[in-house]
Amino acid sequence: MSGVKERVIEIIAEQAVLEPSDVSLDLSLEALGVDSMGLVEAIFSIEECFDIQVPFNANEPEKSDFDISSVSAVVAAVEKLVAEQAD
Amino acid sequence: MREGRCGIGELEIRDVERLSIRIGGQVKGYDPDQRFNRQQQALYDRFTQFTLIAAEEAIAQSGLEFSGRVAAESGVVLGTSGGGLNTQDENYRAVYEEGKNRVHPFIVPKLMNNSAASHVSMNYNLKGPSFTVATACASSNHAMGQAFWLIRSGAATAMVTGGSESMLCFGGVKAWEGLRVMSKDACRPFSANRSGMVQGEGAGIFVFEEFEHAKARGASILAEVVGFSMTSDAADIVMPSQHGATRAILGALIDARIGAETVGYINAHGTGTAANDKTECAAVSKAFGRHADEVMISSTKSMHGHLIGGTGAVELLACLMALNDGIIAPTIGYEEPDPECSLDVVPNEAREAQVSHVLSNAFAFGGQNAVLALKSL
Repeated sequence: MSGVKERVIEIIAEQAVLEPSDVSLDLSLEALGVDSMGLVEAIFSIEECFDIQVPFNANEPEKSDFDISSVSAVVAAVEKLVAEQAD
Repeated sequence: MREGRCGIGELEIRDVERLSIRIGGQVKGYDPDQRFNRQQQALYDRFTQFTLIAAEEAIAQSGLEFSGRVAAESGVVLGTSGGGLNTQDENYRAVYEEGKNRVHPFIVPKLMNNSAASHVSMNYNLKGPSFTVATACASSNHAMGQAFWLIRSGAATAMVTGGSESMLCFGGVKAWEGLRVMSKDACRPFSANRSGMVQGEGAGIFVFEEFEHAKARGASILAEVVGFSMTSDAADIVMPSQHGATRAILGALIDARIGAETVGYINAHGTGTAANDKTECAAVSKAFGRHADEVMISSTKSMHGHLIGGTGAVELLACLMALNDGIIAPTIGYEEPDPECSLDVVPNEAREAQVSHVLSNAFAFGGQNAVLALKSL
């Protein structure tokens, strides 16, 4: 699944106003400076980029199936959704 | 609202299968042909139709006739956020999707946000101040506040006021989906297992009249508007601020010259989103201090959904029911207590209680807050 990680990092970097190289995988989006609106925009960009549906409700982010606890968690979740899409 | 009945159900709109949010407080069984002729329908968007139906009832109930000096000194101020969104949706489809190169000649007067207020003015000969207020979810409360101030200042004798909304079309719901704050199953304000807001549609219209004028003609007065306050968060375009809400609540109490202990019921903004419910409860707790545990606060959005620009008007009906009938509308769908919303939210069943004063809260996207205070007679 080449490229998913890089594309997700680019999307998060854009919201965090950082260079992709400055986005470390173990940090949370919040720690990178992405607020709740930035998060919703990032998810929109991810959906558009990979043509997938991301299960995320801003009212109960902790209950969503989509793990946003860190950049690597988001990458893994997107990779899973993209793989499911391909099935 | 008295029965705690839920008006939220499956949406019946075009292309609903392309929406991920498919529920709403939609007006069902409504046939425009039964109310308006073809020429009227060419000019009346659904939000205008709802407005005119409600205005007819309200003006008939008021017994007020608008002629001569009363007509010259009376007007209309209504709230809406989307205005003629259905008309826009249908006609964008026509030109973009269906590739048509021509639309009906009256699309502009049909879709404009002030069309409902204009048609009320034209139909009832209201020749004084007439305008529309758009402050998203607080539009109706801001509109009714303007009506109150226009009368209190002496600028108007009577104002037809309230608001309406009809955003339940494909484009309207699709836009809201994007924010990711919509629930797919129910609106459960203040409940720990809440899953977001649900949209509704409809109208609420009232006749506000100068008190002595109403008394002199022997009008049946439903309540007295005694206070109004507006504040701005000046902070964030979507996240509400507790401080802005607290200042609006306190402002309404000060304007009404009453203490928090006088207020028996608050109709909450209560959208069923985590951001609103927690902030609103904290704001009420702060404004009411030790009296916060005594006041009943319910969100009727659990039954009629969020009418956005029309919501404060429909919610004022719950306030009038509290003041006139001694019945407090419940917050239905309440399943699990939320420690951050530990006020008396009148869960699931209406309650009998005599209250002399009520507040109605509205806190909009954009940080624009409007709170009304009413008292019984």
